[in-house]
Amino acid sequence: MLKTIYTRLKQGYRTNAYPVADVVMPAPYRGRPMIDQSCPPEVKKLCADSCPQQAIAADEGLLDLGRCVFCGMCQRAGDGKFIRFTNRFELAVADPAALMTDGNIPDLAAASRAEYRKLFGGSLQLRHVSAGGCNACEADVNVLNTPVFDLARFGIGFTASPRHADGILVSGPVPRNMQAALMATYEAIPAPKVVIAVGSCAISGGPFNGSGEVSKLSHHLPVDLFIPGCPPHPMTTLHALLAYFTGKIPPSGQ
Amino acid sequence: MTQMIPFKPGWAMRISDIPRLTHQALREELAAMIEQGARVVHYFGYMSGPRLRLMAVLGAPDGLLAAWAEADDSYQAITPQAPAFHMFERELAEQYGVRPVGHPWLKPVRYHQNWRQAPDIFGMDYDMDIPGAYPFYRVDGEGIHEVAVGPVHAGIIEPGHFRFQCAGERVLALEIQLGYQHRDAERLLTQVSGARRAVVAEGLAGDTAIGHGLCHAQAVEALCAITVRPNVAMWRSVALELERLASHVGDLGAIAGDIAFYPPAAFYGRLRGEFLNLLLALSGNRFGKGFVRPGGVYFDVGAQQADLILKSIQQLRPQLADVASLLFEAPSALARLESTGTVSRRTALDLGLVGMAARACGVDYDIRAMYPNEGYASSPMTTASAATGDTLARAQIRREEIVNSMDFIAAALPRAGQTAATAWDGREKPAREMMVVTVNEAWRGELSHCVITGGDGQIIRYKVKDPSFHNWSGLAMAMRREQISDFPMINKSFNLSYCGFDL
Repeated sequence: MLKTIYTRLKQGYRTNAYPVADVVMPAPYRGRPMIDQSCPPEVKKLCADSCPQQAIAADEGLLDLGRCVFCGMCQRAGDGKFIRFTNRFELAVADPAALMTDGNIPDLAAASRAEYRKLFGGSLQLRHVSAGGCNACEADVNVLNTPVFDLARFGIGFTASPRHADGILVSGPVPRNMQAALMATYEAIPAPKVVIAVGSCAISGGPFNGSGEVSKLSHHLPVDLFIPGCPPHPMTTLHALLAYFTGKIPPSGQ
Repeated sequence: MTQMIPFKPGWAMRISDIPRLTHQALREELAAMIEQGARVVHYFGYMSGPRLRLMAVLGAPDGLLAAWAEADDSYQAITPQAPAFHMFERELAEQYGVRPVGHPWLKPVRYHQNWRQAPDIFGMDYDMDIPGAYPFYRVDGEGIHEVAVGPVHAGIIEPGHFRFQCAGERVLALEIQLGYQHRDAERLLTQVSGARRAVVAEGLAGDTAIGHGLCHAQAVEALCAITVRPNVAMWRSVALELERLASHVGDLGAIAGDIAFYPPAAFYGRLRGEFLNLLLALSGNRFGKGFVRPGGVYFDVGAQQADLILKSIQQLRPQLADVASLLFEAPSALARLESTGTVSRRTALDLGLVGMAARACGVDYDIRAMYPNEGYASSPMTTASAATGDTLARAQIRREEIVNSMDFIAAALPRAGQTAATAWDGREKPAREMMVVTVNEAWRGELSHCVITGGDGQIIRYKVKDPSFHNWSGLAMAMRREQISDFPMINKSFNLSYCGFDL
């Protein structure tokens, strides 16, 4: 017992101060893109051709956040003149149309629904379903329960039984073999219920887009919240949950 | 003297140089080599024009061995003589519709239609939504009951189905049925662009993104004659060790959590993140996705990153030692871990277990020592071992490997130096009609990709074998005679990949 307390004292207090204070990501992190639509069309085309995920619409000058895996190949191909990734982690959107972005990602708090704020703003229990992910999204959702993020302090938790849940959080590109289990889990959750897509796989099929065995989540369920990334950084997910369900978080932490 | 051709991991070899045997000769050869201590690395099918070939790759102490045979619709199974082939033969039956006659447990692996429109040998109707609707191993008798778990589990975990046969509290047998994550990744890898292929490879198992990325990059490098400078290779090995550190630290925390010893669970959980943040410092991604690419690494790294990693490790070392002492010196924790979930050395060898799960049973097998590549060629890796094969042994191996990996990084980084990012853009053209097998010691164990090119240099077969493909059978054996209540802890001590298995 004494040893446990002593070790705890040596380990120190590790929970970050978000959202009271901002969290600054290290420079190599690639988050919210800055897109210069005025750059020459040949640069846009170069960037679009370099993208492994075919996430760039060169003519429109838009990036599909749902498909993007934030690998940075476009930034290098265009020398940062067209797309440059910043270290801001606020990426989630409620409107699927906003996934095709010119860099101005709408304020998520403003998109939160009054009904959800009232019902889930103080307490939100989610059932997670891993549907074909690579286990990176799963791991970085799980990490929200570690002392650094300490999700429980916001009244948000993950529950084992769908009967106790307010919604479903899904990662992965929904393989054929998981469809039945996913739908059964969703059906078991009492209404009203929210649906959250975490990661490029759940939003668009991600790296597995094009495989005959997978289909994106919105083909199966009405998705309320899209959280891009491969996987999304835990801060991206934390921001998304707080902004969308409490409507209170500043749009980009300035 | 073997009839198989010897070669090295990471060598591109002409397909025409690989000997063709009759199927009977191949079976006898494989069984004889396994008897002499060789390991099965690959055994898979691929289409050479209209003909199906069965390719076998074995691992021997001084390198790999390969041979192939033409397949008929059915053939005599190898599994009864060499059980390590059991899952490989099931996979072959599922992917190509060939029947291994005499296989003792012929069931689907991932549940999908075969790839060449051959008649289905499992009698399944794939239009029906029935993963799991096939007979499971059953024990009958008075007081015997069955417990079915999954595919959706209680926590934030990947899906899989576990079927326990129990007498009271005691588990008599566990059957593990996976396939829920099947994304058809192997065929996708042959269909996409080079740049996309690297992304898909890392997504085979995201917690092993460096390992899979490395296997993919080495294969492309061999097929396209791309060389990697030794100091860049050192950076790739450092990344592989950071991935191992993050996983082992996280799993020790998970084991602590599953025996309700929460302080070390919380401490390890936080410490795991510190290693993920170091991968982020290298690549911009907490899992190191995008870091390893053919030709080297995709980002400029040098003194700045080396300083950060070395300083962090210096700080983390005593913190990790404190938490390890808390967990491994608590009698109540040891009482749960000791003699629980034991796999014997004989079973580990028979089933062909790999990685730290095998080393915990006294099997001396570590790719970093056996076929040292990348940074391990010049900076040797100390390998860990244990003998008891129980959950405690698997936990102790991890504790030891955490220290070894930090030692390796501390020794390797000063020599890694400054590197420029690889100019690779995924547009390279592989050599024609070649085969390459890459093998790396990922944190779970032997990870291998085998890539075969066709007449115009296109990839016609991309075979992936995650260490979990071997080791899930080890978990099933570890559960015999144990209680279901110990399953979470035993499961975490292996922490196998569902998606790496399901592909």
